[in-house]
Amino acid sequence: MSEPMMDYREVIEKYEPMLGLEVHVELGTNSKMFCGCSTIFGAAPNTQVCPVCLGLPGALPVVNERAIEATILIGLALNCDIAPWCRFARKNYFYPDMPKNFQISQYDEPLCTNGYLDVEFETDEGMQTVRVEIERVHMEEDTGKSLHVGGSTGRIHGADYSLLDYNRAGIPLIEIVTKMVPDTGKYAPEVAKAYVAELRDIVRSLGVSDVKMEQGSLRCDANVSLSPRGSGILGTRSETKNVNSLRSVERAIRSEMQRHGARLAAGQKVHQETRHFHEDTGLTTPGRSKETAEDYRYFPEPDLVPVAPDAAWIEKLRASLPERPSLRRARLKSDWGVPDLEMSAMVNAGVLDLVEATVAQGADPARARGWWLGEIARIANEKEVEANSLPITPEDVARVVELVAAGDLTDKLARQVIEGVISGEGAPDVVIAARGIKVVSDDSELMAAIERAIAAEPAAAEKVRNGILAAAGALIGLVMKETKGQADAAKVRELLLAHLGH
Amino acid sequence: MSDLVTKSATELSSLLATGEVSAVELAQAHFTRIGALDAKVHAFLHLDTEGALAQASRVDKARANGEKLSLLAGIPLALKDVIVQEGVPTTAGSKILEGWRPPYDATITARMKAVGIVILGKTNCDEFAMGSSTENSAYGPTHNPWDLSRIPGGSGGGSSAALAAFFAPLAIGTDTGGSIRQPAAVTGTVGVKPTYGGVSRYGLVAFSSSLDQAGPCARTVLDAALLHETIAGHDPMDATSIDAPVPAVVAAAKMRDVKGMRIGVVKELGGEGYQVGVRQRFDESVALLAELGAEIVEVSCPHFEYALPAYYLIAPSECSSNLARFDAMRFGLRVGDENGRSAEEVMNLTRDAGFGAEVKRRIILGTYALSSGYYDAYYGSAQKVRTLVKRDFEAAYEKVDVLVSPTSPTTAFKIGEKANDPIAMYLNDIATIPVNLAGNGGMSLPCGLAPEDGLPVGFQIISPAMRDDLMYRVGGALEAALNDKWGGSMLSQIPALESALIQGGVA
Repeated sequence: MSEPMMDYREVIEKYEPMLGLEVHVELGTNSKMFCGCSTIFGAAPNTQVCPVCLGLPGALPVVNERAIEATILIGLALNCDIAPWCRFARKNYFYPDMPKNFQISQYDEPLCTNGYLDVEFETDEGMQTVRVEIERVHMEEDTGKSLHVGGSTGRIHGADYSLLDYNRAGIPLIEIVTKMVPDTGKYAPEVAKAYVAELRDIVRSLGVSDVKMEQGSLRCDANVSLSPRGSGILGTRSETKNVNSLRSVERAIRSEMQRHGARLAAGQKVHQETRHFHEDTGLTTPGRSKETAEDYRYFPEPDLVPVAPDAAWIEKLRASLPERPSLRRARLKSDWGVPDLEMSAMVNAGVLDLVEATVAQGADPARARGWWLGEIARIANEKEVEANSLPITPEDVARVVELVAAGDLTDKLARQVIEGVISGEGAPDVVIAARGIKVVSDDSELMAAIERAIAAEPAAAEKVRNGILAAAGALIGLVMKETKGQADAAKVRELLLAHLGH
Repeated sequence: MSDLVTKSATELSSLLATGEVSAVELAQAHFTRIGALDAKVHAFLHLDTEGALAQASRVDKARANGEKLSLLAGIPLALKDVIVQEGVPTTAGSKILEGWRPPYDATITARMKAVGIVILGKTNCDEFAMGSSTENSAYGPTHNPWDLSRIPGGSGGGSSAALAAFFAPLAIGTDTGGSIRQPAAVTGTVGVKPTYGGVSRYGLVAFSSSLDQAGPCARTVLDAALLHETIAGHDPMDATSIDAPVPAVVAAAKMRDVKGMRIGVVKELGGEGYQVGVRQRFDESVALLAELGAEIVEVSCPHFEYALPAYYLIAPSECSSNLARFDAMRFGLRVGDENGRSAEEVMNLTRDAGFGAEVKRRIILGTYALSSGYYDAYYGSAQKVRTLVKRDFEAAYEKVDVLVSPTSPTTAFKIGEKANDPIAMYLNDIATIPVNLAGNGGMSLPCGLAPEDGLPVGFQIISPAMRDDLMYRVGGALEAALNDKWGGSMLSQIPALESALIQGGVA
């Protein structure tokens, strides 16, 4: 049952969207937030647990200093104030995958507050910048994972039974909450996406998380509401949970705006509720109602002492901040001489780091960019994943660029090599050896093929001799077919024409 | 009765050192007495005979090998059932944990094992340490060895009764509002609540995190001090554990000198509502301290009158959250997991069946106090009172070194007498609760039998945070003076359990 949607242009004409974004980042600390258990992703269920993260009677949490440091780094990178003194709080609610049935989080005393992030996004008139204000950055622990078995939806309703994996329970989680973002108009979806992308780049540049959306180490809850234009009245928001790719952030916001628009136009209320976004349909479906606010009975966590980061430590961390991704982009743009559009294409595809790393391996910037934005991006799109999660490294790409430059690969062959690397066949040289890929450049071998082509298509050869060069195509095609595409087409053309008196 | 079981840990330590008795013999002597008489007392919920004898045997071997051993190596101990011990059932007196065998040792359990203490078994207590009589145990009440129809105090009634019944010379208790000191008072034993953060809480099944504190229970002040030094000290597994040297409580217990010490009698603890005989024995002890050269000063702590209500907001609030983990998912009782019931339904059924009435009362109280719209009025106000109580203590310590009061307003009451009157029950802890709110150290030691009922009266000494040595110094001196006066320990006057009959209450 899909809900009616309003045409996007109409939504924008009638309403002003208000955005709010909550991003959860799983920190890449070696151990969990409050115990020494490993945080490595993908281990067998319930193998990375201890009395503390299982919430066994008597067990107590102890704060992981590295998590505090990472949170401060994120706060500083987002221009936040760092609290000289703050506390953890318990958020109480029952859920089977939450070991203690309360989550240790922060409530009215977050570690970082009042920051901002300047976000660049693409408009019809070129790049624009919007300042997204950050309300707070706080620390909490992740929950375990429930796997609902049976039933058709994979959700708890209708499942035959559920399995619980507590490996994730207690992994440090940072929640970054924006203030309401107004005035984005028709670009609201793009701004949302650009914000998450910029945030991801910043967090990645800090080295505190691998920020992989598809693995859940960066998760976004996208809130949006519509305010009738000029009314100054805020609409009711919906909260689309755990959107797990940049593209989905954009699509989810757009879809929710269209859904809200249709409801409002029909005189219906927008319900305050959580929504789930479905990649396949591009639509959201309702989750939990938030009409009656849940009472989490927050109170200061009595098992932990307050966090009071030393001012000197904070300054030391501030001094250690890496180059801001936006400044870095400006630098790379000028170093590489790339136009705005190409730059934003790289950013949007999430390949800027990869291109830079490829260039660092000695590849020509234009070539490196070409591969990451071209063939590799195409494959990523096909597989519906981010380019950086494909099993191909900047080193691999640099090697391909090198081989093409040396004339050892044609572009066409290079694409095969890249496809092979991504298929897991190994590094470029391994793929080339295994697949027997080689550029046929031996003139005598090519000449023999050309002779055979001429013999097969004497009429075409005659036309070429008579100056109708367009007829060469058929002959070249034959040669390429015989050499299984491994010959350099330009070279074949050159030899053929010379042979036929040009 | 074997003479061995009436001896103090200090005396037993000498016998072990000289080889007059082995740790195995000592453990067996205690198990024999427990086996013969615990049916009357019900101090223990679980005996770990095999584990205890194995530990005793290790100690004997180590001694035979000439290893340097702790003074407490080979000494038997009774462990309150809210402290986890690896592989040994831990119920916290609740049905919801029936059959649970913890996969880990509490820090204090590990420390005691490491020095060779022989843990005989787990002692009865009010469910999740919530109560003042041990009647709230899901496994039935414990009886006071002085009079089996009476309560042994609570929540740690199993530990105090084990000491008074000569089932063990040492025990561990936990004290959230008086659960070590009040049982000590009504059984004529010694119980110490160390400074909050002085002893690790890691492995203590939490009731109220900001108030809970494990501590030593014994029959003498020196024995308590020896156990105190064994279990105290910083623990990286407990964030609230204080990273500072342990106060020298053993040396203090041995000093027997209070000359020049300023001892404050808290005006607000001891007036109306205190039994006449309790008041009398307390006053006599204060006079004795004055004779010993201490300066007695009356001090006023005006906010103590709000301590009890504040406590009954803070402790239930924290417990409502701490006890949320008992949900049938990972350990303990599971009820109703059939007919395709959801996890939520199973949680509800399990918690309904697994928790007793007092625990439910406090969870409900605490849930209410933390609720949106009520938080400021209840939990918030209670925290303010807590601050005021702390300030009262701070002001008092500007005038005196330690504070004293009766431990409990009455002697042991009859089993069942207050079971249906929670407020009357809560009032038992009126003199002990302020200490927990402020995080100070508190000790109870016997100061005589009330003339009207012949039952033990407890004397409470309160010391500033991390000055636990001060209360041991006063306690050691007072104990020695009282024993001189009586011509022996008060506990030597306890009626023989062998001939005692259970009257009233539930066996």
